Amino acid sequence: MELFYNIGRYILLMRQSFQRPLNHRYFVRQVLNEIEAIGISSLGIVSIISVFIGAVLVIQAGYQMQNPLIPGYTLGYGVRESIILEFAPTIVSLILAGKIGSSIASQIGTMRVTEQIDALDIMGVNSASFLILPKIVAGLISFPFIVVISMLIGISGGYTSAVLWEISSSNDFITGLNYWFIPYEILYAIIKATFFSFLIVSISAYYGYYTKGGANDVGRSSTKGVVFASVAILLSNLVLTKLLLS
Amino acid sequence: MIEVKQLNKSFEDKQVLFDINLQFEQGKQNLIIGQSGSGKTVLLKCLVGLFTPDSGSIIFDGRNFTAMGLKEKKSIRAEIGMLFQGSALFDSMTVLDNVMFPLLMFSTLSKAEQIDRANFCIERVGLNDAHRKLPSEISGGMQKRAAIARAIALNPKYLFCDEPNSGLDPKTGVLIDHLIEEITYEFQITTIINTHDMNSVLEHGDNINFIYKGNLWWQGNKDEFLSTQNQELQEFIYATEVLKRLKPKG
Ligand SMILES: Nc1ncnc2c1ncn2[C@@H]1O[C@H](COP(=O)(O)OP(=O)(O)OP(=O)(O)O)[C@@H](O)[C@H]1O
Ligand SMILES: [Mg+2]
Repeated sequence: MELFYNIGRYILLMRQSFQRPLNHRYFVRQVLNEIEAIGISSLGIVSIISVFIGAVLVIQAGYQMQNPLIPGYTLGYGVRESIILEFAPTIVSLILAGKIGSSIASQIGTMRVTEQIDALDIMGVNSASFLILPKIVAGLISFPFIVVISMLIGISGGYTSAVLWEISSSNDFITGLNYWFIPYEILYAIIKATFFSFLIVSISAYYGYYTKGGANDVGRSSTKGVVFASVAILLSNLVLTKLLLS
Repeated sequence: MIEVKQLNKSFEDKQVLFDINLQFEQGKQNLIIGQSGSGKTVLLKCLVGLFTPDSGSIIFDGRNFTAMGLKEKKSIRAEIGMLFQGSALFDSMTVLDNVMFPLLMFSTLSKAEQIDRANFCIERVGLNDAHRKLPSEISGGMQKRAAIARAIALNPKYLFCDEPNSGLDPKTGVLIDHLIEEITYEFQITTIINTHDMNSVLEHGDNINFIYKGNLWWQGNKDEFLSTQNQELQEFIYATEVLKRLKPKG
């Protein structure tokens, strides 16, 4: 029951959010600020995680491929596929759900409990659209870049670890990276991640926007935002993967 | 003038306001007083349209707010300024940006005119050195002032204040009360103030409305206030020993 109530209210909030902004120049400025908060400030953590996961993937895959019957390029190929298809779009989105989701939910939640949202509404500003739309747009713009950067860094991490610990030769690894390369897979990853960015921003914004009470409740909204955004990513990942890859 | 007629408001199955009828006059400080939980904030939020009443009407100078469509409501909102209990300044913006915000969104003024107007409002409330500061960098009293400056930026006809001096020391509270009073007279605003501060009531009560458990229980001015025979109002006024000494004998 609660779930249906929340889904209904979420859809209404989204409808309210997708309204033309009052002042376009101000809107552009907001979007740029949010790109900084959502995109640029996430690059550090995304890079660190990608480089390490890439390196570890290579070590593990190399360990499993010690059989001389497996051709040398398999390692580069396998690592490329795991990073492009699943790690960069989905795992990175799950991690960012924690980072971005909690900050959005607590920011909007604090504005709710300190009556800043009421102040916007009184003035006649559509608070939902004013607060949420710039973040959604910024997410949609940032995530494709984040995903591509994560792919590049993840694969470089893998390459470095392969060469450094002599798990594979540089030539074999690069042959593997180029082997049976389908550019559509990158588009597929970008589509997925873009959709996940929408889920992260909108779901955490929803829990923030409907916060009631005080500081404790802001914390609770922030947790809920992260949890439900993550669950939504996992569920839609299943559906999108089935739709896009079969 | 704002007229409220037969206003009822409930949440789920709990009724909070019962058949409220009253009037707020222009150029006066209209007070709503009552114990914590009596429904003052709910009444104020109904008046400005943050809550939708179950029934009844709210009439802004002959214009029935409750019967309006969204567009017309917006035009009334443009005439409303509100001062929230916790100031509700946008904490990511400087004081100047806060005060400029309504101008940026709703006025047709040029950038330079907007800055002029914002500066005028900031100086009018006595905040001369705080333009570039963030709300977190100024004191509670200064935040109230900044919030007043923002509320009057668009020259409102109606000003709503929810407990303007709560959380302030008595002296600062009095200064804020005086500021609101001056602005009310200066710009001939219809001002509505929620308060449980006795000092504000005794000094500024042109039109006092006492809410008791969601009902309008007593109306009058500050001269009639202390000598009331109304049982519940007496209990409300003379809750402290200090105030008991003010009680007229007989
Ligand atoms: N959004 C809401 N949902 C449900 N009940 C509410 C809501 N807002 C207020 N109430 C209830 O309405 C009643 C009146 O609350 P209100 O905030 O108007 O009191 P108040 O007179 O402003 O008190 P205070 O002086 O402490 O601010 C309370 O019992 C409160 O629980
Ligand atoms: Mg209140």
